[in-house]
Amino acid sequence: MIDLSTSYLGLSLPSPLVASAGPLCEALDNIRRMEDAGAAAVVLHSLFEEQITVESGHLDWYLSHGTESFPEAMTYFPDVASYRIGPDAYLEHIRRAKAAVRIPVIGSLNGVSRGGWTEYARKIEEAGADALELNVYYIPTDPDMTADEVERRHVDLVQDVKASVGIPVAVKLGHMWSAPANLARRLDRAGADGLVLFNRFYLPDFDLETLEVVPQLTLSSSHELLVRLHWVAILHGHVRPDLAVTGGVHTARDVLKAMMAGARVAMMTSALLQQGIGHLTAVREGLVDWMTAHEYESIRQMQGSMSYRSVREPAAFERSNYMKVLSSYALRAARRPGAP
Amino acid sequence: MPARVTIDGNEAAARVAYRLSDVIAIYPITPSSTMGEWADQWAAQGRPNQWGTVPTVVEMQSEGGAAGALHGALQSGALATSFTASQGLLLMIPNMYKIAGELTATVLHVAARSLATQALSIFGDHGDVMAARATGFAMLASGSVQEAMDFALIAQAATLEARVPFLHFFDGFRTSHEVAKIEPLADEDLRALVPDDLVRAHRARALSPEHPVIRGTAQNPDVYFQARETVNPYYRACPAIVESAMDRLAARVGRRYRLFDYAGAPDATRVIVIMGSGGETVEETVRHAVARGERVGVLRVRLYRPFSVEHFLAALPATVRTLAVLDRTKEPGSVGEPLYLDVAAAIGEATALGGAALERAPRVIGGRYGLGSKEFTPAMVRAVLDETAKERPRAHFTIGIHDDVTHTSLAFDPAFSIEDPATVRAIFYGLGADGTVGANKNSIKIIGEETDNHAQGYFVYDSKKSGSLTVSHLRFGPRPIRAPYLISRATFVACHQFSFLDRLDVLREAEPGAVFLLNSPYGPEKVWDHLPRTAQRQIVDKKLRLFVIDGDRVARDAGMGGRVNTVMQTCFFAISGVLPRDEAIAAIKRAIEKTYGRRGEPVVRRNWEAVDATLAHLVEVPVPSRVTATADLRPAVPADAPEFVRRVTARMIAGEGDALPVSALPADGTYPSGTTRWEKRGIAAEIPVWDEALCIQCGKCVLVCPHAVIRAKVYPPAALAGAPEGFKSAPARWRELGDARFTLQVSPEDCTGCSLCVEVCPAKSKSLARHKAIDMTPRPAGHEGEAEGWRFFLELPETDRTLLNAGLVKDVQLLEPLFEFSGACAGCGETPYLKLLSQLFGDRAVIANATGCSSIYGGNQPTTPWTVNRDGRGPAWANSLFEDNAEFGFGMRVAIDKQAEYARELLRRLGPALGEVGPALLEADQSTEAGIAAQRERVGHLRALLRSHDSPEARELLSVADALVARSVWIVGGDGWAYDIGFGGLDHVLAAGRKVNVLVLDTEVYSNTGGQASKATPRAAVAKFAAGGKATAKKDLALMAMTYGTVYVARVAMGGSDTQTIRAFREAEAFPGPALIIAYSHCIAHGYDLRHGMDQQKAAVLSGHWPLFRYNPALAREGRPTLELDSKPPSLPLKAYAYNETRYTMLAHSDPETARRRLAEAQEDVLARWRLYEQWAAASGPPPAGGAP
Repeated sequence: MIDLSTSYLGLSLPSPLVASAGPLCEALDNIRRMEDAGAAAVVLHSLFEEQITVESGHLDWYLSHGTESFPEAMTYFPDVASYRIGPDAYLEHIRRAKAAVRIPVIGSLNGVSRGGWTEYARKIEEAGADALELNVYYIPTDPDMTADEVERRHVDLVQDVKASVGIPVAVKLGHMWSAPANLARRLDRAGADGLVLFNRFYLPDFDLETLEVVPQLTLSSSHELLVRLHWVAILHGHVRPDLAVTGGVHTARDVLKAMMAGARVAMMTSALLQQGIGHLTAVREGLVDWMTAHEYESIRQMQGSMSYRSVREPAAFERSNYMKVLSSYALRAARRPGAP
Repeated sequence: MPARVTIDGNEAAARVAYRLSDVIAIYPITPSSTMGEWADQWAAQGRPNQWGTVPTVVEMQSEGGAAGALHGALQSGALATSFTASQGLLLMIPNMYKIAGELTATVLHVAARSLATQALSIFGDHGDVMAARATGFAMLASGSVQEAMDFALIAQAATLEARVPFLHFFDGFRTSHEVAKIEPLADEDLRALVPDDLVRAHRARALSPEHPVIRGTAQNPDVYFQARETVNPYYRACPAIVESAMDRLAARVGRRYRLFDYAGAPDATRVIVIMGSGGETVEETVRHAVARGERVGVLRVRLYRPFSVEHFLAALPATVRTLAVLDRTKEPGSVGEPLYLDVAAAIGEATALGGAALERAPRVIGGRYGLGSKEFTPAMVRAVLDETAKERPRAHFTIGIHDDVTHTSLAFDPAFSIEDPATVRAIFYGLGADGTVGANKNSIKIIGEETDNHAQGYFVYDSKKSGSLTVSHLRFGPRPIRAPYLISRATFVACHQFSFLDRLDVLREAEPGAVFLLNSPYGPEKVWDHLPRTAQRQIVDKKLRLFVIDGDRVARDAGMGGRVNTVMQTCFFAISGVLPRDEAIAAIKRAIEKTYGRRGEPVVRRNWEAVDATLAHLVEVPVPSRVTATADLRPAVPADAPEFVRRVTARMIAGEGDALPVSALPADGTYPSGTTRWEKRGIAAEIPVWDEALCIQCGKCVLVCPHAVIRAKVYPPAALAGAPEGFKSAPARWRELGDARFTLQVSPEDCTGCSLCVEVCPAKSKSLARHKAIDMTPRPAGHEGEAEGWRFFLELPETDRTLLNAGLVKDVQLLEPLFEFSGACAGCGETPYLKLLSQLFGDRAVIANATGCSSIYGGNQPTTPWTVNRDGRGPAWANSLFEDNAEFGFGMRVAIDKQAEYARELLRRLGPALGEVGPALLEADQSTEAGIAAQRERVGHLRALLRSHDSPEARELLSVADALVARSVWIVGGDGWAYDIGFGGLDHVLAAGRKVNVLVLDTEVYSNTGGQASKATPRAAVAKFAAGGKATAKKDLALMAMTYGTVYVARVAMGGSDTQTIRAFREAEAFPGPALIIAYSHCIAHGYDLRHGMDQQKAAVLSGHWPLFRYNPALAREGRPTLELDSKPPSLPLKAYAYNETRYTMLAHSDPETARRRLAEAQEDVLARWRLYEQWAAASGPPPAGGAP
């Protein structure tokens, strides 16, 4: 019997397959289907503080705009009893998800203000989330802001949130850092229970006809896994927080690689959007098949087996890797029939 | 005693009407709309009535419909009511006769409003209710907010017992919109006055197949008369029943009313008789006079119908010698107004028949006051009292105006005042957009409900929908406030916009020693030097205390944008000291939370931050002892304006219209057009500025500008001689016009800053993507130069219309607009279509305009945007009513056709005497601009010829010769008119086959009255009366019209395709029969930034919500498809379009499940309709014989 169990953020999970934060998690029915298909836990879509602020501001502006100006039309909209602006709908979603499934439900939060992060984190905990993932997205456009200041914001944030809640807290990071390993260690010291590597963001694209900037978010593919593997492998064993891979996990083989790099869980969204929630079942079966064929007994057995500390040539994770890649390409090219 | 509440008259009446009804049939009309809105809102919230069930609220298609539904509901045993005013009440009159004739108990609540006569007026008088006085309804008049609540109950209690239906009315705006602190009636009060057995008796009279009866029979001469007299006992009993209800109310709540309430000296010799809110003013003035020893009194009429002569006579002091009866209505041609006639008759009967306790028959004089919400003040009452003291008082007079034509008016001393010195009187000048009124409504609630003070708030609004000025009048103090008139002696004046000081004397009403609070960008050291002379003089002369705050900055820093309301509100509380500062701030914060809390915590937090930051910025400024400024108020209109504009219009613009004498105004409601151009409002903070090097001269900005403030001309280079410095031009990109220059010019003083033009501009800099061929820039910079440029631009020659291709946007931009600078909302989605109409056909257009937004920005005085070209030609425009507009326009067409026919007959009769011009006139082709120009020339020639012919035919032909030039008849209105109230008429006119063009400006909601649902409202959108999102699909008016097979029909959206829009307008005009254009019009009631209006129109088209097409039955003759789809199949999910708008997203926020369901249904509507159109288009070959005209 193959043992797929793992633990993440202190939660015992029957497998390392976790549905990551994404639009699918907005519907309760999907969360139920994810559980049925073999998800070991689910990270809900994020509660965006900025969105609450913007929605609240917009609603206020448009409901007020033009009112009390003209004697025949004091207002333009009926007075509705409540708008569910703010975190209430999200918190209700957590409560309903908790009631609907047995697997752990992890809340996700994207804050703006210091007060917002801690207040909403507390509310997510109160709503019953088993853990909290901080979806940190900050673009330091100010040229006067140093890398250290940016990192300190993250560290302070984790400290603040950890001081406000009792549930485990993971931090989902982007991959653009000068010193990711050092940042991981500082987040570790700040109390983070997990590091989720790496976030994928909307990126600005250009429409050449209209000369407009158009935000784009494309679904991930397996090749994006490599940068995650790289940093999980480097961090594994160096920091206390559990490591999770997100972005580029599409197949059972991707999951296996993530585990070997040192991740506790592998998270998926794009694959489920593309192939349906049932894809989780196929991945789970793929894990079992591969492990059976290769005579692995458990996931735990392989976790970190190919990390920086575990491989024979750690240099493969270092700068010299560049040279090697080039030469390996050359080698492969030379082996192709008809190649010069 | 229940806790006092601070509410307005409409809410006061609705609170009772709602609890005592189980069916409420409504239709919006100012100023009664909010009564229906309250009812709808309470029902949506599940609030039960007195019997524990939630009333059913139904919106009908018109007041006529509401009255019909009311009648039916009553016949079926419901406790049913409705709310209305003005023309709405007129539409109910036929049913009112029926309801009364059948002795059916109901109460109709009316916010009494003027009737449309020489002009429409949304304001208050008794013209409407007096028109209903013969219906058989009892009429009960309340005169204050408290009475609006109390009398609503008295009426309901009395009607069930008397079986006579009641019309309960109070003064529109003055009472319906006044906010006052009152004692609310508790449920137990209602229960006590409305016994269940009477309710059951009412129900038992209902039609039922279980015990069937017949009502509504037709009677013959043998019995109709007798049957009419059967009701007499009920009417005789009615006054006593009302009296009993009043007594029972008094016993419960302590407020005593009588059928005729007398106040004043018990031995008065002079008494004023009045009803409505004016009675409050008279009573207070009489009290003032009696305290000074005068033997005067007031008799306030409560129950006007049935008029109880007995009670009336009994209420009068026996000593009375002179009665002055004041009517708030006018009945031209009558001996006197209705109340006067009733009083005169009552006195006459008493004298002739005896029975009265009067010492001797008093003389009765009558006067009119307060029409159209004209102020009615103690000074005017004083004048009436003085008149009654004269040996020979005027038998018929007016008060409150200066009638220099028939000399009816009494003079009065405006300085006379009886204001209580203990009452704080505060006036606030604000912009609609800065939230001043909303904050003041909160302030008056705080004072009313958190202190022992009595409180009153009344708010005066602008007739413009953009950049509108609001003036709030707040009174509060230890004694009851009975002052239903504006404050003329203010102890506190706040000006929330510094720019007002240049155009208004905001301190005119300030009392000596008053406080002046000014929102000023200039600090305490500099502010004095920026005040105009008028303001300085008022401050110095009246020794005012001056406080300033940079409210805009405080608001901006708190993230509130331009909404300075909470900042200024905090200052008001701090300075007035009505509450200790900490308590005041806590109360303001609670009010903010109550008002905005539902919109999310961030909004509350921002407002709170603004409140907290305020007081540190509030400074009292030491006032210099003398006036130092050189600049003063700018004139209302320029010196070169026409005489009428300078003499009359300018006074209205300056807020001095009250001082205009009767002689200044036209007798028949006819006014010059083209007057907005003289009203330079300068309301835009930013205006578009043109980069001539980048511009591709496409004309899109000109086309979409809702206010016609951005214009283009192509002209010969020589015309640039004398151009002011900085005047821009570029080589014109019209090869066919030769070596010409092109200028795109903005009128900085007329622009509203809506930015639609910048959003549609397609020309971006290749080096700096954010820079377009037009960019918004702050107005003060270069404003003078731009204004000078605008004046020069207007003088440039117009491009020859006959050389342009009116099918191209690029060319259409060069056509002179004859609709300009309207007071529509900034970024209005309707006005670009009207402007286009005026550009294409304005010089020959006759326009029938349904009441609604377009009649308000099109015809609300002081100024009108419809204008004339250099030849003096332009649209001839008129508004008849809301419901009759199609028929009104149809009548115009019929008359024009008849005159043209007669003119042609006369041409033939005169025959050879006219030479060649006769046949040429008869055979003229007027399908092109050149053809029309040629015909005009021929008519000119004909006129010259006819003047030399002295024959009856020649004189006749002279009088109708203009009809030989083609006229373009346009029937214009909104969706409320076309889909609902006017649909029957529209349908008939479309079917009648005459050449009329119908333009429906479809905002999908009743915009003018504040966003009530119409049948054009789409499924899933929230509107008033559809608070849960409209559950049914939008009516397909186009499809209905297409089924005739004889009507040209187009659906257009300028933002979807400007070319298609222009094409549809031209085809509609060219089509030989009726044409219907339904134009998607984005609207403030959709809830998004209207600068994106055109993008949103595009999204409406892409999503299939608004498919573009043209249906031209005439094409069948040519064997061509009659239906052409001008947009592609839906390619954008409906959600991507709809969820840009608050009307949809508010449902997603308030009820996500319903929102999801409705949106899914709406998406299916879109796809199903598209499939239907596709099938029609595919099958649209030639129709069966007899199809197209």
